[in-house]
Amino acid sequence: MTQIMSLKEKLVSSFMAFENTVDIDSPIHDIRTEAIKAFETEGFPTKRQEAWKYTSLNSVLKHDYSVFPKHEEALEFKDVKKYFIHDIDSYKIIFIDGKYSSHLSQTTHDGIDVCLMSAALTKPKYRIIVENYFNKIATKDGISSLNTAFSAEGAYIHIPKNKLVEKPIQIIHFSTGNEAALMLQPRNLIVVDENSHVQIIERHQSLTDNPVLTNSVTEIFANKRAIVDYYKIQNDRETASLIDNTFINQKRESIAKVHTFSFGGKLTRNNLNFYQNGERIDSTMKGITIIGNKQHVDHNTLVHHIEPNCESHQDYKGIFDDKATGVFNGKVIVEKEAQKTNAFQANNNILVSDKASINTKPQLEIFADDVKCSHGCTIGQLDESAMFYLRSRGIPEKEARALLMFAFSNNVLDSVKIPEIKNRITAIIARKLGVNIGFDL
Amino acid sequence: MLKINNLHASVEDKAILKGINLDVKPGEVHAIMGPNGSGKSTLASVVAGKEEYEVEEGEILLDGENIDELGPEERAHKGVFLSFQYPVEIPGVTVTNFMKTAINETRKAKGLEDMPANEMLKMIREKSEMLEIDRKFLSRSLNEGFSGGEKKRNEIFQMAMLEPKLAILDETDSGLDIDALRIVANGVNKLKSKDNAVIVITHYQRLLDYIVPDYVHVLYNGRIVKSGTKELAHELEAKGYDWIKEEVGA
Repeated sequence: MTQIMSLKEKLVSSFMAFENTVDIDSPIHDIRTEAIKAFETEGFPTKRQEAWKYTSLNSVLKHDYSVFPKHEEALEFKDVKKYFIHDIDSYKIIFIDGKYSSHLSQTTHDGIDVCLMSAALTKPKYRIIVENYFNKIATKDGISSLNTAFSAEGAYIHIPKNKLVEKPIQIIHFSTGNEAALMLQPRNLIVVDENSHVQIIERHQSLTDNPVLTNSVTEIFANKRAIVDYYKIQNDRETASLIDNTFINQKRESIAKVHTFSFGGKLTRNNLNFYQNGERIDSTMKGITIIGNKQHVDHNTLVHHIEPNCESHQDYKGIFDDKATGVFNGKVIVEKEAQKTNAFQANNNILVSDKASINTKPQLEIFADDVKCSHGCTIGQLDESAMFYLRSRGIPEKEARALLMFAFSNNVLDSVKIPEIKNRITAIIARKLGVNIGFDL
Repeated sequence: MLKINNLHASVEDKAILKGINLDVKPGEVHAIMGPNGSGKSTLASVVAGKEEYEVEEGEILLDGENIDELGPEERAHKGVFLSFQYPVEIPGVTVTNFMKTAINETRKAKGLEDMPANEMLKMIREKSEMLEIDRKFLSRSLNEGFSGGEKKRNEIFQMAMLEPKLAILDETDSGLDIDALRIVANGVNKLKSKDNAVIVITHYQRLLDYIVPDYVHVLYNGRIVKSGTKELAHELEAKGYDWIKEEVGA
C-alpha cells in the first residue's frame, strides 16, 4: 500500500518539474493543472470501484517507475522491423522510451498532418484544432486525468475533409529497458474531417524484461461521414502493462471501427468509449484475446447512443489458458431520443484450462422504446466431439485444438480490411498456440 | 487387416461391447447390422479411438499391431477412417482448408513433405467431381448448415481424399435420398480395391444393394450373434430383428 501511495506521490510531486520542461504558457497549462488536481483527488482506481472490480492494479503499481527517462536510445530499424507491419507502405510515428524517433518515423504535412503531439501543443498553426478538440472527450477520472496532466508527446493526426489517406499510419512505442522500470503516458489526438478516411495501427512494445507501465489516452474525432479504422495490436512482453483509454466522438453518418488484438502483456486494460453525436452513425468494436500464464486482459467498452438511427456492433472473443484471467464489461446506453437504435453485443469465451477465468458482464441501459438491442455471452470449453472429429482425420491434438481456436475467433478477422494485418494476426495466433500449420482463415 | 478379439468396452462404467470378435481381410466388405442400441456406433468409435470409451478387455489389431493405446490421429495415419453418423459442424474452417490440413498432417506423420498445392487442387477437383459435389460447397464452413445428405456426401469426399486402408461407414445411408445414396455408394465402390477394406454399419438393407457385402454380421446387445453372407441382410429386411432377439434370448 505504501508503495502505491509513493507512486502517486511521486507523480504528483513530479508535476512541477514536468511543467518546467514543457512550455508553461501553453494553452493547455490550465487543463494540465486541473488534471493533476483530479488525479490527486481520485488517485489510481481500486477494486472498490465497480468498473475496476475484476482488475487490480496493485501488482503493476508496485514498481519504482522512472517518470522522465533520462537516456536517449537509438534503435536500428532492422532490429525492430518485426514489430512493424513492414510489408506495406505506411506513415510511421515512432517513439523510443517516450521520445520521438525521427530516424524510424515517416511523418507528413502534405495535405494532411501526421506528426507529433509536442508540435501540435506548441506551434501556433495547430492552436485552433487543439483548442477545439484537446481533452474534450477524455473522461476526468483519475487514470485519464493522470495522462492529461503529463500530456506532452504522442501522435497528432489531422485529416482535412475529402481525403482518402491510402497509406495506413503506424504508431509504435518502444521501450528499451534503459530504465529499471519505466512509466509512459502517450497522448494521441486524431481529428478526421468530413468525408475522409484513415487507417491507424497502434502498438506498444517493450524490448527487455524491465517493467513498463503505459497509461495511454487517445482522443479520436470522426466528423461527418468520416471513416476511421483503428487496429490495436497488443502482444507485449509479460513484464509490460498497458492501460489504454480511447475515446471516439462520432458525427453523423460516420463509421468508426476499432479492432483490439490482445495476445501479450502482463496486465492490459482497454477502456474504449464511443459517443454517437449524430444520426446514422456506425460504431464497431471487435477483439480477439488469447492469453495464458498469469496474463490479464480487461475490455471495458461503452457505446453511448445519443441520437436516432444509429448502430453499434461489438464482438469480442477470448481464449484463456493456464491461470489467465479475462474481463469483458460492455456498457450500452441508449438515450430516450435515440429511437431506431440497433445495438449488438457478443462476448464468447473458451476456457482452455480449469484454472483460467473470465468475468463477463453486459450492461444495457435503454431509455428509448423503439430499438433493437441484443447481447449474448458464452463461456465454454473446446467441443470434445469436434476434437475427435478432427483427430480422426489425422490432425494431431495440438493442431486440432489450434484449428478450433482459429475457427472460433475467425469472424473477428473478417472485418480487417488490411490483408497484411490479417496475415500478421494469423501468424501471431499460430505462434501463440504453438503450431505451424498452413491453414489460412 | 483388422482383427478384433473378445473386445469389451464401456462408457461411464456402462458395458456396451461384451466380447466382439471380427476378422476383416484386405479386399473385403463387411456389413454390421443390428437393432438400435445394440452397440454398432460404439464399435465404430472404439476402433477409431474415441477416448471416452474404455476398453476393458480384448484387443484391436490393425495389420497385427495392437492399436489400443493409439490416439485417433495415429490410427488415422495408419489408414483407419470413420465416416461419422453425425458429422460435427465446425464453423470457420472451410472444407478445403480442413482437407489440406488433414492430408498434410497425415503426410507429416509419415515423414513426407506437404502435398504441392497444384496436386492438392487437382485431387480435390477429381474427387469432388466423382461425388458430384458443387465447387462452391468446398469453400463453405465444414458441415455448417449442410443438409443431412450433404454431410454424408462430404464424409465420403473426405474418405476419397484420405484413401484409407480401412473405412468404417457408420449409418452413412441415413438421411440420404435415393440419388444421393447411389452417388455415395458409387464413390465407395470406386475406392474399393484388393488392398483395402470397408465396414458398413447400417440398420437397413438398402445400402447393401449398392455396396455389396462379403459378410453380414448381426450385432445384438454388445455381441455379434449371427454372421452370414449377403442373404442374411435380405432375411433381416424381410423378417426384422425380433427373430434374432428370440434366438439369442432363448
